[in-house]
Amino acid sequence: MYTFSNKLMTFSIILMVLGALGVGYGFMTSHKSLDEVKTILAEEASEHGSGHAEETTHESATHDEHADEATHGESSHSTTEKAQHDDSHAEHVQKQIANRPWSALYVAAFFFMMISLGVLAFYAIQRASQAGWSPVLFRVMEGITYYVLPGALIVFAIALWAGPHLFIWMDPEVMANDEILQNKSGWLDKTWFSVRALIFIAGWSLYRYFSRKYSIAQDDASNIKNFKKNFRISAGFLVFYIYTESMMSWDWVMSVDPHWFSTLFGWYLFASMIVSGITVIALIAIYMRAKGYLEFVNDSHLHDLAKYMFGFCIFWTYLWFSQFMLIWYANIPEEVTYFVTRIEQYNFPFFGMVVLNFVFPFLILMNSDYKRVPWFIVLAGIAILVGHYIDIFVMIMPGTVGDRWYIGIPEIGSILLFAGLFIFIVFTALTKAPLLAKGNPFIKESEQFHY
Amino acid sequence: METSKVIHAIYNDDDVLMAAVKKVKAERYHIEEIYTPFHIHGLDKAMGLAPTRIAIVSFMFGCVGLIVAVVMMNYMMISDWPQDIGGKPSFSYIENMPAFVPIMFELTVFFAAHLMVITFYLRSRMWPFKKAENPDPRTTDDHFLMEIAVHGNQSELESLLKETGAVEINIVDKEAH
Repeated sequence: MYTFSNKLMTFSIILMVLGALGVGYGFMTSHKSLDEVKTILAEEASEHGSGHAEETTHESATHDEHADEATHGESSHSTTEKAQHDDSHAEHVQKQIANRPWSALYVAAFFFMMISLGVLAFYAIQRASQAGWSPVLFRVMEGITYYVLPGALIVFAIALWAGPHLFIWMDPEVMANDEILQNKSGWLDKTWFSVRALIFIAGWSLYRYFSRKYSIAQDDASNIKNFKKNFRISAGFLVFYIYTESMMSWDWVMSVDPHWFSTLFGWYLFASMIVSGITVIALIAIYMRAKGYLEFVNDSHLHDLAKYMFGFCIFWTYLWFSQFMLIWYANIPEEVTYFVTRIEQYNFPFFGMVVLNFVFPFLILMNSDYKRVPWFIVLAGIAILVGHYIDIFVMIMPGTVGDRWYIGIPEIGSILLFAGLFIFIVFTALTKAPLLAKGNPFIKESEQFHY
Repeated sequence: METSKVIHAIYNDDDVLMAAVKKVKAERYHIEEIYTPFHIHGLDKAMGLAPTRIAIVSFMFGCVGLIVAVVMMNYMMISDWPQDIGGKPSFSYIENMPAFVPIMFELTVFFAAHLMVITFYLRSRMWPFKKAENPDPRTTDDHFLMEIAVHGNQSELESLLKETGAVEINIVDKEAH
């Protein structure tokens, strides 16, 4: 049995408190009056001479994302029109500034939820494929998936609570003036959004609940009935998961930019999810092994996890590039704006994450010997996690805060808050059952696994 | 032609062979060669063979392939004749790079794979019309053969190999190469 060390518990609580302070600070400083926003804009224009030119390019790039802005994208001639234009520009910027703490909170909440959901999918794959190497890691995976239910509920709650701060289609005023969104209102509807979200969360949590139950029951069982049940529900869950994950990606992430769509988006998000999930399994397994709780986990298990990290990094890059290159190549205006805003306003994070998520782990984890060295895996793992946070950041932020983004106190506060919560829940869950699933028929093979 | 004597110990089980290899190594005899009909997991470790470096070579060939792709397309599409083809920006390599990535990827894989295979053939001396170096045709079917050079210790070796479970022991004159 694992006992949650006091140090780690204090650490996670400190993270949550610091994070909550940061989030609170973010919300307190994001309410700006129109005059304040105008002062900020005037200051920015005078600070760097070319500032105003940047403002105009930014506006032409983002104006079709927000329907309320669409009426004044053209250049104005008379002074009254100019004044009106400045006013609506200031209003637009005011909204972006107000959206920032919501988006920061949402990105971090989604990121940690996504990790545990990725682990749940990976766990189901291990069960359904009857993998012989991984049963010694099942309890670690089960511990991480404890976060699925609270994490997903938090994401859903933030989505509803933030409403139009995140999803402009939740704003009735925007909906009334936007024909494109009206045509999508059969799907993009707050009630349906909630019903779907609850079905997704219920399905994932039910699988998690029963799979864990059978897994624990198998420990002292005299036959393998529970193991077989787990095999069956895992196969069923994988079918359910791949449908709901796809729809979840449209609802929770893609609808932040409701004028844009992409067919491989669900897969792309899945790749992010599974690679971060496997990375966290590896990091927690390394931590617990170093503390002496997982002496049955050997270097070959780490080697296998690192291989999965390596492989899914490449899979993520393949999907990232496929989505980008198809849209870049065809350059159809209605879909290319998605990447235009990202390349113009998020150039460094947009391309930087490809280095973190692909180039660095690719070179580090290619060597078979390095995949057995814990600190190499930790090094690659940190790059992957940072990279995938930025990945989610670049999915959400351009649609909500536009060029008003910065990784400052609200963003870091949100990360700390959810990191603390994640550590607290996951490590509490790990104390609840023995760390070796001893009734599993593959456990002997897994303990002796070597590559 | 100079000849040397070698001893051929034949086994009919891979587990027995593995145990024999360990014993012969422990007695500090040098095993010239082992002929098996299929791969025996861990035999190379038991024999103390150095790990292969073919993966490193493959990585380097992949790098060559990538460089070939980049240089080739930079020359053809950007410097030699930068035409406007359907509005693709051919002002610099980086601007048009997404369009070149499929070729960069494929050439990297092509070079890494093919040159590695050719390296493997060269290093293991395999080519068409090569004379097969097979001391006993049964080793391609269901027998395992261990070859040890004899340096005046024939009787000790024979008894050691008998002990390890060899089903047949032959002394062969072998052409030195």
